[in-house]
Amino acid sequence: MPQRNYATYTIAFSAAVCVVCAVFVAGAAVTLRDRQTANAELDRKKNVLRAAGAMGETEVLAAGEVERRFASFQGVAIDLRTGQEDPSFDITGYDMRRAGGDPATSRVAPGNPAQITRVPNHAVVYRQVDAEGRLQLLVLPIQGAGLWSTMYGFLALGPDLKTVRGLTFYQHGETPGLGGEVDNPRWKALWPGREVFDEEGRPAIEVIRGDAGPPEADPHRVDGLAGATITSRGVGAMLQFWLGEYGFGPYLDQLKKEGANGRTA
Amino acid sequence: MAAPRDALIDPLFNNNPIALQVLGICSALAVTTKMETSVVMAVAVVFVIAFSNLFVSTIRSMIPGSVRIIVQLTIIASLVIVVDQFLKAYLFDVSRQLSVFVGLIITNCIVMGRAEAFAMQNPPGISFVDGVGNGLGYGLILLVVGAFRETLGSGTFFGRPVVALASEGGWYTPNGLMVLAPSAFFLIGLLVWALRTWKPSQVEKAEA
Amino acid sequence: MEHYLNLAVKAIFIENMALAFFLGMCSFLAVSKKVETAIGLGFAVVVVQTITVPVNNLVFHNLLKPGALAWVSPGLADYDLSFLGFLTYIGTIAAAVQIVEMTLDRHVPKLYTTLGIFLPLIAVNCAILGGSLFMVERSYTFTESVVYGVGSGTGWALAIIGLASIRERMRYSNVPEGLRGLGITFIITGLMAIGFMAFAGIQL
Repeated sequence: MPQRNYATYTIAFSAAVCVVCAVFVAGAAVTLRDRQTANAELDRKKNVLRAAGAMGETEVLAAGEVERRFASFQGVAIDLRTGQEDPSFDITGYDMRRAGGDPATSRVAPGNPAQITRVPNHAVVYRQVDAEGRLQLLVLPIQGAGLWSTMYGFLALGPDLKTVRGLTFYQHGETPGLGGEVDNPRWKALWPGREVFDEEGRPAIEVIRGDAGPPEADPHRVDGLAGATITSRGVGAMLQFWLGEYGFGPYLDQLKKEGANGRTA
Repeated sequence: MAAPRDALIDPLFNNNPIALQVLGICSALAVTTKMETSVVMAVAVVFVIAFSNLFVSTIRSMIPGSVRIIVQLTIIASLVIVVDQFLKAYLFDVSRQLSVFVGLIITNCIVMGRAEAFAMQNPPGISFVDGVGNGLGYGLILLVVGAFRETLGSGTFFGRPVVALASEGGWYTPNGLMVLAPSAFFLIGLLVWALRTWKPSQVEKAEA
Repeated sequence: MEHYLNLAVKAIFIENMALAFFLGMCSFLAVSKKVETAIGLGFAVVVVQTITVPVNNLVFHNLLKPGALAWVSPGLADYDLSFLGFLTYIGTIAAAVQIVEMTLDRHVPKLYTTLGIFLPLIAVNCAILGGSLFMVERSYTFTESVVYGVGSGTGWALAIIGLASIRERMRYSNVPEGLRGLGITFIITGLMAIGFMAFAGIQL
């Protein structure tokens, strides 16, 4: 084939392949997108429920049942910079992780052991209120570095904003059997009843090497995972970060003040 | 030209992609900690190899030499994206567990290797069968390794307990090494030994 | 400066592509029979990785990520093309490999023939795609991508040269027939991997 024709043919052929493949791929992506978003939403609700103890770890629930249990929870956007609620912020489909990667919607975090480099400006917390509107449960999204991966989870606090109700990691890439044991129900059962703040209101929860006593005797320490030092340290580090001033510290202080003034959350 | 039956059966034991052709190792290490992920991965790979072989073979005479690799990869990548989208829509939990490794099917050397070595030189029909065969050969190793790793490493099979775990008051303390990736290396090494003892023709000649 | 040094050391030793993440295994196992070929492939991988990670970084930031297309026209700011990630990264990788292939064929034909099918297979070397995927996940800047590209490629090269050296020694050992070649290589790699696990968690 003459030189120029061959080049033209190559370009035309490549373009044709690209178009055909793109059509297939985009077609699949578009037709399946709604199902995927619905799945992701449902998954997030399940994770919040699990952290709050409203759903068992291995429990399998139909979508309708998940919705029913989630009905008493309310997602609220918090501006992490001020610690105030931001009712004008649109929470549908908000991805805290992605916001954290974009300089426009996040700010630089000071050096910290959890290796969090940027903090998103907004976070979506979940509140469960009772019939009188009093806060029953607060679920906070947390994330931080483990050994192999960034771990994403929820911390559930009781109405005193100090006592842990549950800690769940819904996504991580830690070593199965070692760091991956953060998913083990027996380890997760060590958390309810612990207190994340000390008497002065400073973040005071640690994951330690060796044994910790029961929550009544040892409220600020949790037994680390055997053979998973880095993962355990990572959990402790991320809790310290998110309970501190760059995380939910200001918001929690705000809520405590409101509670002290007798105002309902 | 290979007969369809040979194309299907050969890759299982005589010309296994992992054990003889040395292809497709990476994912075999990472996803075999559980049977569930091994099965889904195997099925996904069979699908991708079969159809990529089919498509590449159909247009094999039209592909300009200078863009050969890129065209093959485009087809493979598109198929993988479709599989990934499908998994996210219909098998969400499993897709979460497989995460990056679905994407890494694109780089699974078996797919590219068979496209280059077989589909480019053979008609679509037999290429499709070859794709299925190699996928099955790969899947076979995955399932065997997965079976060992899950039962010995976690005491479960497809998530259901099969031995009484020590932590539950039983007798079996799960073998932590089995859950780490190096164990997959050891297991595959031993499988290769077993396979070559059964079929001595695969034994490599001693180097002078 | 220290940050980049940290990143480089992490990429070469602590998060070694071959021995910590087990990426790029196929060529790793198949081309490690002789130190000479291993050095050749390792070098090719470093070159490809150094080219592709920064280029993919530019592609991601300027074309794919949500809002990236704003520079073309403000109306396109809503588009999120990150689902095309796999395709575009593989595209850059395949192009880079084809260029390396043609350069080797012209200037170092001996290496070209020795590497055989494994040269085009660099394009599907999961370590290369993995490098780009990690870069995206960790949101590296351009300079960080360059450092990471060089570092992760070097780490992989180091691992394969190490394995090749061990395998050359193994020729003088009495390996059982069935284990000869591939079988014993798997077991050696497993042991090397366990060895490298000692680096896990080190932070400079």
